[in-house]
Order: sequence, then C-alpha cells, then structure tokens
Amino acid sequence: MQSITLTVNGKSYTRDVEPRMLLVDFIRNALGLTGTNIACDTSQCGACTIHMDGMAVKSCTVLAVQADGADITTIEGLATNGHLHPMQQAFWDQHGLQCGYCTPGMIMAAAKLVENNPGITEAEIRHGLEGNLCRCTGYQNIVKAVAQAAAAGS
Amino acid sequence: MSNKYIGESIKRVEDPRFIQGKGKYVANLSIPGMLHAAIKRSPYAHAVIKGIDTSKAEAMEGVVAVYVGQQMKDDGIGSLPCGFNPPDIKTAPHMPLAVDKVRHVGDGVAVVIAESPYIAYDALDLIDVQYEPLSAVIDPKKAAQPGAPQVHDEIPNNVSFHWPLGTREEINAVLASADKVIELDLVNQRLVPNAMEPRACVAQWDAFSDEMTIWTTSQNPHIIRLLLSLATMGLPENKLRVISPDVGGGFGSKIFHYAEEVIVPWASKQLGRPVKWVSTRSEAFVTDAHGRDHVTTAKLALKNDGTFLGLDVTTYANMGAYLSTFAPMIPTALYITLFSGLYKLPVIFGEAYGTMTHTVPVDAYRGAGRPEASYMLERLVDLAARELDMDPIELRRKNFIQPDEFPYQTPVAMIYDSGDYPKLFDSLEALGDYAGLKAKRDAARAEGRLVGIGISGCIEASGPAPSQVAVGLGAGVGLWESGVIRVHPTGKVSVMTGSHTHGQGHETAFAQIVADELGIPMEDVEIIHGDTGRTPFGLGTYGSRSASVGGTALAVSAGKVRDKMLKIAAHQLEVDVEDMVFDRTTGTMHVKGSPEQSKSFVDISVAALMANNLPEGVEPGLEETTFYDPSNFTFPNSAHIALIEIDRDTGQVSLLEYAAVDDVGKVINPMIVEGQLVGGIAQGVGQALWENCVYDEQGQLLSGSFMDYAMPRADGFPMLKVSRNETPSPTNPLGVKGAGEMGTIAATITVANGVMDALAPLGIRHIDIPHTPQRIWQAIQAQSNGH
Repeated sequence: MQSITLTVNGKSYTRDVEPRMLLVDFIRNALGLTGTNIACDTSQCGACTIHMDGMAVKSCTVLAVQADGADITTIEGLATNGHLHPMQQAFWDQHGLQCGYCTPGMIMAAAKLVENNPGITEAEIRHGLEGNLCRCTGYQNIVKAVAQAAAAGS
Repeated sequence: MSNKYIGESIKRVEDPRFIQGKGKYVANLSIPGMLHAAIKRSPYAHAVIKGIDTSKAEAMEGVVAVYVGQQMKDDGIGSLPCGFNPPDIKTAPHMPLAVDKVRHVGDGVAVVIAESPYIAYDALDLIDVQYEPLSAVIDPKKAAQPGAPQVHDEIPNNVSFHWPLGTREEINAVLASADKVIELDLVNQRLVPNAMEPRACVAQWDAFSDEMTIWTTSQNPHIIRLLLSLATMGLPENKLRVISPDVGGGFGSKIFHYAEEVIVPWASKQLGRPVKWVSTRSEAFVTDAHGRDHVTTAKLALKNDGTFLGLDVTTYANMGAYLSTFAPMIPTALYITLFSGLYKLPVIFGEAYGTMTHTVPVDAYRGAGRPEASYMLERLVDLAARELDMDPIELRRKNFIQPDEFPYQTPVAMIYDSGDYPKLFDSLEALGDYAGLKAKRDAARAEGRLVGIGISGCIEASGPAPSQVAVGLGAGVGLWESGVIRVHPTGKVSVMTGSHTHGQGHETAFAQIVADELGIPMEDVEIIHGDTGRTPFGLGTYGSRSASVGGTALAVSAGKVRDKMLKIAAHQLEVDVEDMVFDRTTGTMHVKGSPEQSKSFVDISVAALMANNLPEGVEPGLEETTFYDPSNFTFPNSAHIALIEIDRDTGQVSLLEYAAVDDVGKVINPMIVEGQLVGGIAQGVGQALWENCVYDEQGQLLSGSFMDYAMPRADGFPMLKVSRNETPSPTNPLGVKGAGEMGTIAATITVANGVMDALAPLGIRHIDIPHTPQRIWQAIQAQSNGH
C-alpha cells in the first residue's frame, strides 16, 4: 500500500492504494465518482477520459500512484455553480448522446480539445475525437455539439 | 387533432443525468457486503475438461469461494434455453459453466468470488484446468460437411435446423426459362456488436423473504426473469425481481439470457451476500453474442428488359457453439421473409441451414437478418443493372411495388403495410443530387480516379408480429407490449412500460405521446421502465418495436383514461357523455358548444380519488392498462446513396458523400429519429468498410480487442444528409414504423455497392465485405496481373 494525496473536483483526498491500482478504479471505487465509465481494457475507447493537471487523459492508463499530487477534474466536477459547462450544454442541445455511456469521456475530451484550439474546424474535431469511441450516434451530432461549444466560447 | 409534443424535436429529458455523470449503470451499483465475481474462461475452442483444481485459488486470502459447473448442475441449475424453435430443430444443453467440454474460446469453466475484483482476477490464475484439446470447426458451411468436427452429440453433422420457404421445383422452372440469371456467392461477415457499456450483473439474495433481486444490463428484463424462472434458476417468478436501469447501448446483444445472469445470482444465494460481475471488453469479445456470419449462394432471374422473375437463395448461418436465446429466428423468420425487398418478385425460394461451430454464439445484432437480406438482394440488383447496362435506379424503379398496391402480399409470407417507393427515390435523387454525383464520378474517372456511386433501396420489417404467427413459427413468447397509465390525484402521471430504453430516448418520446393524448404538460409525465417489480410483464426493446408496439399500448391506455375521465366529468356536469369533449391541448373536459361548462384534468383526477360523486358502475381511481398485440409488422423502407473514392495505390476507401431518405412512418420526435438513422448508418458503414470478427482455423479469436477489431471512428465520416418521407402505417393508431435499424440495414449495401461501382472500370465484379484496403488492393493487383 502507498499513500497518495490528490485533488479531485476541488476537494483534497488522502488514501492508501495498491501500487497497481488504476486511476479509473480509484476514482470510481475509492471515491465513488462513477460518472467516469470503463468501456475497454486497451486504452482505445476514451470512455474514462478525465482532466489531470490540465490535460485530457485516459484514466485507465494511469496508475493511481502516478496521480499523487495531481489536480483532477471528472465529469462530476465540470459544471460550475450549478451551471452546465458549455460542452455539456452543447451535447444536450445537439442530441450528441444516446445511451450516454461514452458521453462523460467524450465531453471531457472535447472540452479540452476546444480549450486548446478555440477556432477548431470540423476536420480537426473529427481527428481530435478519433480516440473516443461512440457506438450510438455515428459521431455526427457529437461533431455538431463540439462546434457549438467552440462557437459559444469564442 | 392537434398535437403539442408529437412531431416536435423535444430535447431529451434523460440527458441531464448522462451529461453530468449521473447515469445509473449496473457497474455503478455498490451494495454493502458486496462480493466480486471473475470467471475462468476456456483458452481453447474445443476441448474435453479432464479436471479442474481450484484448491490454490480457494486458499488465497480474500477469496470467498470458487465454483465449477458440476456444482451448479448438481444444485439443479438448468440449461440456458433457446426461445425460438422451428419445427424439427435439434438442440443441445448450454450450461452456464461448462461441465464436460468447452466449445468456444471464452466458454466459462469456473467462477471466483472474492472481496475485491482485483483479488478475484488474481485467483483466476491459480485455477488449474486440465484440457484435452480437440479439433474445431469455424465456418458455417464447412461445419455441415461430412467429417467436420462435431460440436454437440445431439446435433448430428452440426445442422441444428433447415428452414425452407417456397419450393425448389417452382424456382428451378423460373431459372430455366429466364433470359438472364445473375449469380453470386457471398459472405456476410461476423460482427461484434460492441455496445460501449460492457455487460454487468449484480445479484442480491434475501434469505429473509426468499427473494432474489438481479440488476442486469438487459434490453428486456421481463424475458430474463421468465427464463431465470422457467429454465435456469428455477426460482418462482414472483420471487424474482430483475432490474435493468440505465443500459449503455444494446444493438441486440443485450436481449439474450447470458450465463453470468445465472452464475452471479446462484453464487449470491450460496453465500448469502450480494455478488457483482462486470465484463471486461476482452471478455465481451468472447462472450457477447455476435452478429451476421452467413455464407450464401444467390441467384436472381430476370428478363432482358430488367423485369425480375425469381430469386433463389441458400444460406448457411453460423449459430456458434450454442443456440442463443433467439438465434434461429434471425436467418429464418427475419431474413428469408424479407427477400422480396421493395420489388415485385413473383417467385422466391429461400432456405437457411443453421449450423453449429466452435465460436461465440451468434444472435440478433442491429437489423438481425434484414441487413443480410438487403445486402444479398441489393448486390444482385446492382450486378443485374451492370450486366443489362441499365441505370441502377431505373432498374429498381422498373420493379417497385407501386403505391396503390398496398397492402402488398409478397411470396415470402409478409404483407407490407404502406409505402411510396417511386416517391422515395424521387426524394433521394433530389437530396443526394444524383445527376450531380454522376457528373462528379464521370469527371473523376476521366482523371483516372476510382470513384463510384452506391445505391440501395431496402425494406425492413419492424415490430415483429403478430403473436399467433410468431408462436406458430417457433417463438416461445408472444410479441405484444404492456402500457400502464396511472393518474395520481394531483394530476401527475406515472407511466409504466414493458419497453426498455438503452439510448433510444423513450423517456422523452413516450412522455410526448402520453402528454399529447392526455393534454397535460410533458413535465407531469414520468416514464418508468426496466424493473419487473414496477412494471407489468412486457417484451422489451428490440426489432425497432418500441414506438409501434410499446408506444401504441400507451396511446390506447391514454384513450381509456380519457374515456373514464369524460364519464366522470359528464356525470358531474349532469350531461350525457356523448355531449362531452376532451380538449387534447389543455386536458380539460367540457360540454360541446359550452366551453365554460368544464372540468380540468386535475378536477377529475381528484374526483376519482374522492369517489363520492362518480357515475354508477364507474370504479374509483384512474389507472388503465393495455396489453397491445399488433396485427402485423410495420415496414419501414429506405433509399440511400453514397459517393465513394478508392485510393488506387493503397486500396483505402473514402466516403465522400452520403444521403438517405427513409420512410419510418409518422415520427414522434424528429431529432431522436434522425439520431437513430445517422447512428444506424454509421454501424452499417462499419460493416461495409472496417468491422470483421476473425477466427483462425483453431478457433482462436484474432480480433478480440478494439486494437484488432476496427470500430467506426469520428474521422471516418462526412456529414451525412438524412431526410424522411412519411407514409403512415395503417397497422397502429400512431401511424409509426420502426426507426432503429433502417440505417444499418441500408448503409452496408449502399457503401458496398459504391465501392464495387468504383472498381467496375477495372473489371472487378465482387469483393466480400468488409472492403478493407488490403482486400481492395489485392483485388486491384490480381486484376492488373490478369488473374
């Protein structure tokens, strides 16, 4: 067991973890933040995407011990003061989700994509989300949602 | 009859929880004292189990128990049943954990129950299973050949069933006398459904009340409860509660009763503690039922002027190692019955052999039989157009069933409800700019580029029905749906449906129906589903049935509520009920011609509770139930077109443009329907270009992860143009047809025809899907080398 201290959605946690524990399991099981979903075991699908120290990362591919000292935001922490993040609002407005399972990871990845490239084009959106799988939507409304959020932020 | 909500693109009421990470998926459930299950699975496709030593695993700290199949069998656990059994079908037992033999890679042999999932997975490595490997058979046609390895002693030659429709003599006569016969051997490849949420199951045995609660990722929890009671667990149905909360996609793969839905509750009962199992993606690849996997020979007979005369099709359909819940229905009642497509095709003979192989069971996957039928028929039609040097749309138009010919009886049992196929293609030619596409293609070809246009016109049968026919064909259940409307004394409404939403947006669309039928705000309507403890028996969601069957059950119940409210209002206003009007925009009931003499929806809701002033013979309360049994399928239809370019040097396919016009009848929520169509098209394109489930000769799955199985990704598509033509279905009062599968049914063949059109100038006639760069490159090389 190893002790780690990290900040998640603005709150500090200190916990003992097995060195092999995946960050996504820590977030879901130790902290009970189940909004971050798991959908593969090869880092291919992006369902578990979170923000860690300002970057969108797949939390199945980070060990909890590697997140010692990190500042993390999960889907539960994206809205501020009860107001949806523009990306959350855009996914709702554009019907960018159906079953909702890929949605938290998709929104977290997309939010960072737009933050890093405010004038993002359709081709850049499609390329930027290539690491996030959705089986329901065919991506079309996701692309529209990301474009809406990008426009809202500019 | 004015509607406030039906027909409007209302934003989904379920979305706020999903976009904020509050989805209630089974894997998110945690119960105090809960244990975790992991399953030891066979690495062999076919092997005798010589022995299983679990002692080291059992001795590991944190492991609570290890069980093998024999223990479950000795405790009376039954075989996972097949729920569609055509005449003369041969079946074999399917135990939740294999007892004597394993029959596919991934077949379960033991389960570890431990204090944490990490410990459970560690313990799997300490279980020692001695196998005697045997040879395996993978291909559905080779499985039926003499000398093939046998999957089950009970199924000689691996042929579980043979299902013919029509007569061999009749089609032979047509083939012999036709001007032309277009022949094609094709493979419709095996696919993995890959809903993004892996399956999961939690079970809690309550020894105090002898009741079992099971949370499972199912599209139809009532069917799972029925099969648990009737076949596998043997617990009384009224002591079983099955809950499917938010489910992260299904596409058919979550219809079926799976082994883990028996193993987990059984273990919970043994131990008196809750038990949870969550599939990994790697497990999902080797345990979720797969789709498609047909090997087919097809012949289309026609006149020189393009008139279709007959169709002759033989298909070997891979059933996998065990017959999954509805597997035999897919290549029979949902496949051969669609062979007429959009056309007048006077004589059809179709037959399917369902064969067993050492692979994961195959069952319904989005479209389920209908994409295979469309792919076969529309490939033949395209080849015919090429051979006759006719425009592919003109050839189709020449053979369409005409708008004034509905209801139309096909030679393959179906009676089509409604449609206007010529108009559908008028709309497509306009939306997709057919003339413009042809000009683009020809210009590109003049530059030496490989560009093609893909076209398809497809039929779907959605909302399988009627019960009488389905049960006659071998179904173990009817195909009706339940709908309860409970009006609370405050005027708020709870709706219980036997349908289940796992992405389709029922919580919105069904609320639109009920709110309009009762003239109340949508916010006052709550949709409850997916819990056998809260809803009456219902058949669930598959086959694009929810709007036409589940939605209709609710509309009928709403009508009953209105009738009762009108009776009470008439009584209180002291007029005849015939003189009353129910205003569907406000929910008020008033005397005809005297709007001031009225009662509000809440007035009568309260009156039904008070019960002190009700007409004679009218019971208190306002709750109505309907079990709606549709008289027929509905028949959505589609016209799709795609512009394709192939990189001559690499074989890489680019989808340049895509346009679709679909007739899914009346539409409740256009935004949701468009989402279904676009999402469906993406899955269909996936089959055409990328997805392929590949086994080697020993039965090892070579495409067992997202690294090896190519899923559609965001950068694989242009913006798709989607439009609708509406011909209301006369089968149900809402006029709706199914919308969930049409996109998938049409898109695969549309893109495949486009790829083949692009390659036609090279003289390449047919390449099986998926049209991967490798396959196309090889075909181009073979052609240029003169092979």
